Amino acid sequence: MREEKRTNAGKTGQETLSLLFWKRFQKNKLGLLGAFIVLSLFVVAVFAPWIAPYDPGQIRIKRVLEEPGAEHLFGTDPLGRDVFSRMIWGSRISLLVGFVAVGIATAIGIFLGALAGYYGRWIDSLIMRFVDIMLCFPTFFLILAVIALLEPSIWNIMIVIGVTNWMGVARLVRAEFLSQKERDYTVAERALGAKDFRIIFRHILPNAMAPVLVSATLGIAGAILTESALSFLGIGVQPPTPSWGNILTAGKDNIDIAWWLSFYPGMAILVTVMGYNLLGEAIRDSIDPRLK
Amino acid sequence: MGFYLIKRLLLMIPLFIGITIISFGVIHLAPGSPIDMATDLNPKATAEVKERMRAFYGLDKPLHVQYRNWMSRLVTLDFGNSFSPDGRKVSDKILERLPITIFLNVASLAIILLAAIPLGVLSAAYQHTLFDKVTTVLVFIGFAVPHFWLALLLMILFGVQLGWLPISGLKSLNYEYLPFATQVWDRISHLILPIFISASGGLAGLSRYMRSNMLEVIRQDYITTARSKGLSSRTVIFKHALRNALLPVITILGLSIPGLIGGSVIFETIFAIPGMGQLFYASVMARDYPTIMGILVIGAVLTLVGNLVADLSYALADPRIRQT
Repeated sequence: MREEKRTNAGKTGQETLSLLFWKRFQKNKLGLLGAFIVLSLFVVAVFAPWIAPYDPGQIRIKRVLEEPGAEHLFGTDPLGRDVFSRMIWGSRISLLVGFVAVGIATAIGIFLGALAGYYGRWIDSLIMRFVDIMLCFPTFFLILAVIALLEPSIWNIMIVIGVTNWMGVARLVRAEFLSQKERDYTVAERALGAKDFRIIFRHILPNAMAPVLVSATLGIAGAILTESALSFLGIGVQPPTPSWGNILTAGKDNIDIAWWLSFYPGMAILVTVMGYNLLGEAIRDSIDPRLK
Repeated sequence: MGFYLIKRLLLMIPLFIGITIISFGVIHLAPGSPIDMATDLNPKATAEVKERMRAFYGLDKPLHVQYRNWMSRLVTLDFGNSFSPDGRKVSDKILERLPITIFLNVASLAIILLAAIPLGVLSAAYQHTLFDKVTTVLVFIGFAVPHFWLALLLMILFGVQLGWLPISGLKSLNYEYLPFATQVWDRISHLILPIFISASGGLAGLSRYMRSNMLEVIRQDYITTARSKGLSSRTVIFKHALRNALLPVITILGLSIPGLIGGSVIFETIFAIPGMGQLFYASVMARDYPTIMGILVIGAVLTLVGNLVADLSYALADPRIRQT
């Protein structure tokens, strides 16, 4: 029996769609730039212990607040630690928070969105009301409040960012499910007696993944921004663990004498977030069926 | 129209209840109770004293009873007393800071509107030109830039190195001694950086949205008709296309209100502006739970109200909506 899924059918069916995506993606120069940035950051984060010239935690009182120079590419911070090395290690935090937070948000969003879209009626109304309520809170307020009540540890940050950002994914997934529910292949599967769980997870869900991927990529950018804002305010990653945000805290406190503490970490955040944004937008453009 | 209004107001009630339930749940996340916080460091606090305090605050009652008590106080705007050393009523503290925050956010919204709409429209009208490309790049950067960093950079540039603009507070220390004209400039100059930073976030989003909306509208048939009627390009764009493209903008503005309110925490703290956001940050650092909860609820209610206003404006602008 012919099924309409993109993850099965004949081999030719699958290759055509993925190939189409790749071809369009390759033509998108900005998207390639974004992919390059994202990959480079991965490499830096993974190989941090080998790339960083100094130990990021090593305090050298004689070298406090040095300007950027040959010995310290990005200068030193108020405790004499090398900013460049701290930034390299900080990339690990940013990526970790980005991926885990978005992972949590996407998981919650897929789960609730699938439930709402597939079962409809009162479950749908209930879940959508919940989404509306969550959307009423200024997200940042909620995150701050929760982290104030618990301790500012990196795990709490990831969970909280995840728990406050699932709403967009839920809406996307729900929309996909609503449209796929009445398609022939779904009806046929139900007629054959397939269990709901199987239909949802093995069949409809893979088809809904494309916009979710876009949302996740853009979400990572947002999570990195949020984490750096929280660390900047002192409620995120705590020193001595280096994070781009908490280097900026030192930048604010020494704003008149150490411009490098403010400039470089922010630039890193800017470039990283831009990379993920470009990548996400490029994926979205490459998938968009309207442009065919 | 009145019917629509009533319907929207009725829909707001379950939302409000949901907001209070979640806020109530959030505060009970705290490990340990407020009693422990107040008595931990006091060696004289025996177990009996703690029990009495617990009964006094109603913390020994079951959760739903506590919720009901909290709600009944909430609707009379009684948020309790602050845990911070001055122990004043939370509602007083919030009320004296609310106007500043609202003023800043409204000013930002105004700037966003005034700047983003022309930018978006012009980008769409002159698509693919240098202007469009430059604007697109700037918008992308605007999406990616961390706003607190932008604030720091601008503070360094304009405040420290050039010395043009002050970098903290709402007025200078010698405000009282300045002549009137200088006083006026003093007030304005203190507000320039904060409002600009606050607006820059929404600006990028709205102008991009405006642009894509205008592009869609321009491709519509009725625009081609207007052009073929011989109307000047200017009339076509500003009189016909713009009106229709403008409609969803109202909704977008409504949706960006929570972002603005949340963002005010950061830049009020950076610029030392005594607004609600700064109070929230200080309360968070001091674990002042009643104030935290009060501001959380108020922030959510403000968002609700903002969305309501956006919906009503949309209904006013687009008669089709009123039919439902």
